[in-house]
Amino acid sequence: MKNFLFAAAFCLPFGSVAAETLTVYTYDSFVSDWGPGPQIKTAFEAECDCTLEFVSAGDGAAMLARLRLEGERTEADVVLGLDNSLMEQARDLGIFAPLAATPEGLALPVAWEDDTFVPYDWGYLAFVYDNTRLTEVPDSFEALAASDLSIVIQDPRSSTPGLGLALWVKAAYGDDAAGIWQRLSDNVVTVTKGWSEAYGMFLEGEADMVLSYTTSPAYHLIAEDDASKSAVQFSEGHYLQVEVAAKLVSSEHGALADGFLAFITTDAFQNVIPETNWMYPATGAAVPEGFGSMITPAPVGGALTISDADRKAAVEEWVHALSQ
Amino acid sequence: MGARVEPVSRLTKPLGIAALIVVAVLVLAPVGALLLRAEAGGVSAAVWPAIRFTLLQASLSALISVALAVPLAKALARRAFFGRGLMISLLGAPFLLPSIVAVLGLLAIWGRSGGVSDILALVGLGPLDIYGLNGVLLAHVFFNLPLATRMLLQGWQAVPSEHFRLAAQLDLAPRARFALFDIPVLRGAAPSALLVIFMLCMSSFAVVLALGGGPKASTIELAIYQALRFEFDLASAAQLAMVQLVFGLAAAALAFHFGKAAQFGGGLGAPFQNWDKRKGPKLLDGAVLVLAALFVALPLLAILAKGLVGLAALPSGLWGAFVVSFGVAMASTLLALGLSLALAQLIETSKRGGAIELFALLLLATSPFVIGTGLFIIINPFASPFALALPITALINAALALPIMLRILRPALSRVQQDYGRLAAGLGLSGWARFRLLTFPQIRPELGFATGLAAALSMGDLGVITLFAPPDVETLPLLMYRLMGSYQMEAAAGVALVLVASSFGLFYLFDKGGRGAGV
Amino acid sequence: MLVFENIEVVQGSFRLAADMHIKPDQTTAILGPSGGGKSTLLTAVAGFVEHSGDIRWDGQSLKGVAPAERPISMLFQEHNLFPHLSVSQNVGLGVRADLKLSPADKAKVEAALSRVGLAGKGAAMPRALSGGQRQRVALARALLRQKPIWLLDEPFAALGPGLRLEMLELVEDMRAEQAATLLLVTHAPEDAKQIAAEVVFVVAGQAHAPEQIAAFFDQPSEALRAYLGK
Repeated sequence: MKNFLFAAAFCLPFGSVAAETLTVYTYDSFVSDWGPGPQIKTAFEAECDCTLEFVSAGDGAAMLARLRLEGERTEADVVLGLDNSLMEQARDLGIFAPLAATPEGLALPVAWEDDTFVPYDWGYLAFVYDNTRLTEVPDSFEALAASDLSIVIQDPRSSTPGLGLALWVKAAYGDDAAGIWQRLSDNVVTVTKGWSEAYGMFLEGEADMVLSYTTSPAYHLIAEDDASKSAVQFSEGHYLQVEVAAKLVSSEHGALADGFLAFITTDAFQNVIPETNWMYPATGAAVPEGFGSMITPAPVGGALTISDADRKAAVEEWVHALSQ
Repeated sequence: MGARVEPVSRLTKPLGIAALIVVAVLVLAPVGALLLRAEAGGVSAAVWPAIRFTLLQASLSALISVALAVPLAKALARRAFFGRGLMISLLGAPFLLPSIVAVLGLLAIWGRSGGVSDILALVGLGPLDIYGLNGVLLAHVFFNLPLATRMLLQGWQAVPSEHFRLAAQLDLAPRARFALFDIPVLRGAAPSALLVIFMLCMSSFAVVLALGGGPKASTIELAIYQALRFEFDLASAAQLAMVQLVFGLAAAALAFHFGKAAQFGGGLGAPFQNWDKRKGPKLLDGAVLVLAALFVALPLLAILAKGLVGLAALPSGLWGAFVVSFGVAMASTLLALGLSLALAQLIETSKRGGAIELFALLLLATSPFVIGTGLFIIINPFASPFALALPITALINAALALPIMLRILRPALSRVQQDYGRLAAGLGLSGWARFRLLTFPQIRPELGFATGLAAALSMGDLGVITLFAPPDVETLPLLMYRLMGSYQMEAAAGVALVLVASSFGLFYLFDKGGRGAGV
Repeated sequence: MLVFENIEVVQGSFRLAADMHIKPDQTTAILGPSGGGKSTLLTAVAGFVEHSGDIRWDGQSLKGVAPAERPISMLFQEHNLFPHLSVSQNVGLGVRADLKLSPADKAKVEAALSRVGLAGKGAAMPRALSGGQRQRVALARALLRQKPIWLLDEPFAALGPGLRLEMLELVEDMRAEQAATLLLVTHAPEDAKQIAAEVVFVVAGQAHAPEQIAAFFDQPSEALRAYLGK
């Protein structure tokens, strides 16, 4: 009897401690009350008998910097929120482990094969405008540059969509990218540190259009019942952003991390994405009705990922062209 | 052989040196840590335009802010009017706005679809285009004109009212008054204000980008951010941080060279009364006060209006974020207060006081990203930086407030020493009793102002917490940015209002407490 | 006995030399032209300037002794009071520097205020007092401090002649009660004649040894004649 009590006293707390904790680094808006984080945490914990802990670390690039600073001591098991512009840089660090299983049911606009990164959502960059104020919109960067429309964009040196835009123009125009930027410079009202500043300024009426995503109007439509925002479709094709997750080599919860990466492509994860992250699910999961009225552009040509050196060159070209 | 300076307490030296060590660690260790960890890299010639623009905008911002602050501070110093106390308090408000909130507030007035453009449109003029250097200066003047005004106002208020009576009695002409009061006050206070504002603007970058109109308006701070975030080029970040330190050092040396503490002697603390009854100066002062009030208040009102709408959409995490922000602000304020008093006393009594002060001022020229990243590198081998996120945030916020507090407190402590040092020494007033009975009551206004600034600055600061942001810990600024990142602009405006109101409330409590019922 | 032994103070181009003995339990006037070094002599005794040589009181060197530790109470021309403290607080500092006063201490403060003619003024702030009253407050404090040496640096220079003589007599009475040694800096010969037993003449950076007051004025030296304008 004594032994039984003794064992029970130890086992009870021990039982709850034994549940593993999976630490996932992600970006700020993912973990906010309106982001996908809370719902995904609930859904995953329901089936894993573990604790899922999201740690927000700025944005994708800041996350990579943080992992490099932490080195071996990082507590991260999984990183969620890198994108195709950072994938090659991330891969070169050698801190990510190959996938245990090939993700199933992917339905991206482009073919996807990668042994390290699992895509969890995707979207196209696009210029968003207020359709009650603007009736004629340009159908290309050329037309935009020729118009007297004002745009507010993000700085590629401090913002992920800003970097995407620089890479978009580079992919569409190659060696002429600098020329396009120079012609665009009188359309650019200003360049902000991040997406929030730019989008806030656009909503205040500081510019006719803002660099955002094709799905931004869906947010206003679904969450605010406001159909006044639209995205412009460009004939060059649009920059495709694919957001990915990966497991760290140093993870002490490898099996659990593999389980989470597999969970990403299930409906329990994918169904949360559209109305919280306002992006398209990486699998063919259903999207809400409001998404149906969004533009569906083609991806701009060229490779999906970019090397560290090419990325730096594109940013430098952007700075140089707009500083003229 | 010269005048002997008695340390005011046996603890002056040990406490001062301890504070100095904290400063030295914060200025030097992060840069050192970055250099040690750096693999390859370094700055390229591409950074030159950013350096040029940084110096240009920071110098102009400082000069314009202080130049405009002169008539405003003078008007506030010599006029009594209804709401004067409130206006002096409100001058603390812009300084403590998070940059994105300030930018949106300014744009509501000065933007292409702001109030001024709307009025211009009525008379058929095109919208205002403030983007570019103009916009950067507008924002920096909005932030710093009030700060400069408060710093100059302290100078004018140190002139004993007996002097003004004398001037009134002698019926001194404006020019004579200018030479007698204004020049010494400005020589005492203006270099300090110029220096602080120059350094603050040097490390500004979100505002510079948002209103600068393009990559031409890039600052060193942006290059540091880019190096740390995108390139992971620690060497380059460290080198850029050193460039900032060198500019900070040069600016501080200039300010020290031209600055000269005003020496008016002590008065009997009689309340100030204006004896000048001439009409002209009165009208001019009135105009200055009204314009300044509009300039400061209109963007604040815009923020208020937007925030009130957002109050309906306040998120559930608000209270928790408030508690965290408030706790961090209090801790960092206490720390900053202790550090700055200890350092100021050491500076006052040490033969190398000038050099010590110069060194401490360098904290203003350090990049919060560099301090944050440096501390991260230093702490990481021993402990999880996440676990220490809040103490580190409090420490860094305290470090950034320290130089400003020092610049405000030091002249006040000098004045006490000069006017009452011998009396106190003769009476054996030292240590805690000296602080309680002499120093505290004498420097109370400055102490209140400086403490209020430190508290509000820490409350509204986002910078460092993002580097360390632990799970489940949210500060008000972080909550605001996260909301914005999720399209929740209205809720974000509501949180911004709560943030600004609580920062300002803290500032007001300390500042008002310092100024007491008078002034 | 207060002894100045080969004292030299150097401040920039200014020098002051003193080598003399001051008799205890009497008033010694320090007289001389402006800028001659009268005040400097007092600040050296009070420990506020560095100097070579030695100052001794009753055979004890004051070298390295902090101002507050010296057997001295000093009254300046002005700023003897802290403007933010009440009259009784200012006086109370003479009892306990941390102002933690017992009821007995408070009674002492009240008594000292009565002694200088300020009974009932304890709650007033310094700015509400006249110039003469403010110096009385400082005197009350000096009274309570019970130090054997009193240094007065022209504390009554700003007062009218009648009031000034009244204050001087009050000071002399109080000094005599405590058998203190008083050094009074003044530029007015009549002040010296009023209460001093001896005179130290300070001119051109040299403090001359004390002389009996009668002899000093009866057989004026050339420098004194020049100073008096006779």
